[in-house]
Amino acid sequence: MKDNTAQSDMNIICVKCNAVLTIGKVTLAYMGNSFPVDLYKCPQCGLVYIPEDLALGKMNMAEKALEDK
Amino acid sequence: MDQERLYELESMCIQECPPGCTAGCPVHVDVRGIVTAVRKGDYPAGFAILRKTVPFPGIISRICTEPCKNSCKRNELDESIEVRQLERSCSDKCGSAEQKILLPPLKSQKIAVIGAGLSGLTVAADMAGKGFPVAIFEAGNGIGGSILEFSEEILPRGLMESDFSIFDKLPVEIKLNAAAGKDELSLELISNEYDAVYIGTGYESRTAADSWFSGTPEKRLVIDSGTLLTNIPKVFAGGSLRTGESRTAVDSISDGKIAANSINRFLQNASLTASRGKEGSYNSILYTDISGVKTSPAVKAYETGRGYSEDEARREAERCILCQCLECVKKCEYLANYKAYPKKYVREVYNNLSIVMGIHHANRMINSCALCGLCKELCPNSLDMGEVCIDARRLMVDRGKMPPSTHDFPLRDMAFSNSESFLLSKHQPGMNSSSIVFFPGCQLGATYPSYVKKIYEFLCEKTEGGIGLMLGCCGAPAFWGGQQKLFEDTISGFSERLKSLGNPSVVTACPSCSYMLKLGIPDLKIESLWSYLDRTGLPEISRNGSGRKLAVHDSCVSRYDKDLHESVRSIIRKSGFEVEELPGNREKTTCCGYGGLMIYADREVARRVIGRRINESESDYISYCSMCRDNFASQGKRSYHILDLIFSETDDSSATMKMPGLSQRQESRARLKTSLLRELWGEEVKDELPEVKLTIPERVQSIMEDRMILASDISKVVAYAENTGNRFKNTLTGNYIAYFQPQRVTYWVEYSPDGDSFLIHNTYSHRLEITD
Ligand code: SF4
Ligand code: SF4
Ligand code: SF4
Repeated sequence: MKDNTAQSDMNIICVKCNAVLTIGKVTLAYMGNSFPVDLYKCPQCGLVYIPEDLALGKMNMAEKALEDK
Repeated sequence: MDQERLYELESMCIQECPPGCTAGCPVHVDVRGIVTAVRKGDYPAGFAILRKTVPFPGIISRICTEPCKNSCKRNELDESIEVRQLERSCSDKCGSAEQKILLPPLKSQKIAVIGAGLSGLTVAADMAGKGFPVAIFEAGNGIGGSILEFSEEILPRGLMESDFSIFDKLPVEIKLNAAAGKDELSLELISNEYDAVYIGTGYESRTAADSWFSGTPEKRLVIDSGTLLTNIPKVFAGGSLRTGESRTAVDSISDGKIAANSINRFLQNASLTASRGKEGSYNSILYTDISGVKTSPAVKAYETGRGYSEDEARREAERCILCQCLECVKKCEYLANYKAYPKKYVREVYNNLSIVMGIHHANRMINSCALCGLCKELCPNSLDMGEVCIDARRLMVDRGKMPPSTHDFPLRDMAFSNSESFLLSKHQPGMNSSSIVFFPGCQLGATYPSYVKKIYEFLCEKTEGGIGLMLGCCGAPAFWGGQQKLFEDTISGFSERLKSLGNPSVVTACPSCSYMLKLGIPDLKIESLWSYLDRTGLPEISRNGSGRKLAVHDSCVSRYDKDLHESVRSIIRKSGFEVEELPGNREKTTCCGYGGLMIYADREVARRVIGRRINESESDYISYCSMCRDNFASQGKRSYHILDLIFSETDDSSATMKMPGLSQRQESRARLKTSLLRELWGEEVKDELPEVKLTIPERVQSIMEDRMILASDISKVVAYAENTGNRFKNTLTGNYIAYFQPQRVTYWVEYSPDGDSFLIHNTYSHRLEITD
């Protein structure tokens, strides 16, 4: 699951670390399943950012699919 | 649901039973199929349907005696469909077309047919079509038997020849002038040479045939009516030899088909009797409502003895009712949504429950039923899809297979109502016992908190022995969501609180509460507020409906509560309004779209349920459940709650008031509790201050409604972000973005500080957990 919509010129920063987010490995889990994905996160503290279209689009579809498994 | 129960439920739905005509036809011609084809002018399709069942369609379409017509549903209205005329239209148009036959490889077992009447010819065509070589022994010098007696005018010989030309393409040898029974054609010799024998020599040959059996213990021919096997091994017999002089062409063909079925089983060493299905003419149990069907006389061909013109055929086909049941599907948007009927649905539910690995395709179907019981009420066999669905939900919950997102919101809403924020049980102010306790329910408290206070104050004035108050939720969301354990716990919580008040009888203001409490506590003394008020008197204020008509909607959970129905109507009249009955009401009422938590599982179906109901009358609606009223109002239907009448608040603003938002519903409950404690019991209650102060523009409020996100969820995110500093910033807008996962759902909020509060720009959520 990759966030295609995020622009390369990232304009989201982690306030604590004052760092621009970069793509990194994140593990998402639901109903006993977990899987690695590439998402934007803070290169220093690791705080993960999930944009709206990803949450309501692909992630929502994945949720529904896992719920019906 | 085990397999046995599945079969039982499936058999209750008779939608797949054939219509009367098809069951009454000895060979079960698909009359609806032919009618549909003729309506479309697709005669080849109609002819194909006829020939699939009848090997000699030309002959049958001229001389069949049409037993099907006796059981045509239209007889109850005017007269039967002219079935044979429609068959004739198909046959006349397409009978001469070349018939393509795909023969299976020739088999080694051979069959002898004695007598070339219609029954024998049917056996021959059927068995030869399966690849068995057939020899026909006919005493006369032509085939057809007794139908040769029909005049050329009634049964043109050309038509017969065309029907019989099928034998040119089949492995059938026709031996004419070959009278079986003696010498080298004795039955004994024939049956030595062939693997099975069929005798269809006609009723006139009965004595002759009997004589062939003189060597048997019975000394005469005995035919088993189910299998057509005779008392001689591997010899079968039928047709008018069996039925006698009252023979008809279609009965003979039917016998031929029954015999062919038996011979085929016999040659394969299979049981002759096991699961044969229905053969011959019988009465169908299909139910069809014909109340809306207009009368129209059967179309007669423009000239006797002629077939229909295309126009006549189409008009006659239009008369057919195309009998089917679908009583439940016609009235239930949910059932209609899946484009089939309960017999199919029950199996889908069963399959869904049986899946161990794989995708559960029917989850949504199981979860969107309103559990309203209308189908059971309408079904001729009382099949209840609601029961099927709730059982399935309980099983899914037990096995951890219930999709968590489906009922998460209503269950959390219920938890809120049964938390300290709303729960309350108290004797009337200044009293220490209660003869009655008022339980308004959580939804009334959410939509109409001020009415709850007003009606309780009124009840306090007039009730002898004191009337206590209990706030909370009855457990309906748990029950509907299949969470049986949670439901039982909720009910026992209620019982305990009731006990602490000395077990007074209960007055409820919500039909769902009444239903759930009666279900959970069968011996509970319980009455609806409406029947209580109707009995003991309404508040004395002037009410004047000026005879205006209000269409009353009965809530689906109160389907069988006659007293409630009457009290509500009585209150409407006492308030000066006229009662209008919607087409489906009382025990036939429909759900408002909330029942069974349908609205959470499939918003679109719920929207259609509401849409259908509100279009049943132009008048303003009146309901006695706040969810029903709110749902109707949500689609712009002017509707009142019965408390609007009782307090004479029947102006436009009551009729058009929109349902308060989800956050507001919870806040209203919490505030109701605090204000009652303060104002009626004089208690000091501290206001629970929100963790952070929020400013939420209307645009964001509607996003929150749509995504079922509460202001309290948002406030948790902002508080968390501000306390920990874990937040992002969008450098283009300057807004902060943060997330927090209080329970199962992760909430995201985009916000910016705005004086002493926070301005909310956007919010969304997801259920996948961020684990590192
Ligand atoms: S074959 Fe005869 S009984 Fe059967 S549907 Fe046709 S007309 Fe009716
Ligand atoms: S919504 Fe009501 S009528 Fe429709 S299937 Fe469910 S219980 Fe039956
Ligand atoms: S009412 Fe519905 S469930 Fe009952 S027999 Fe008819 S189609 Fe089947």
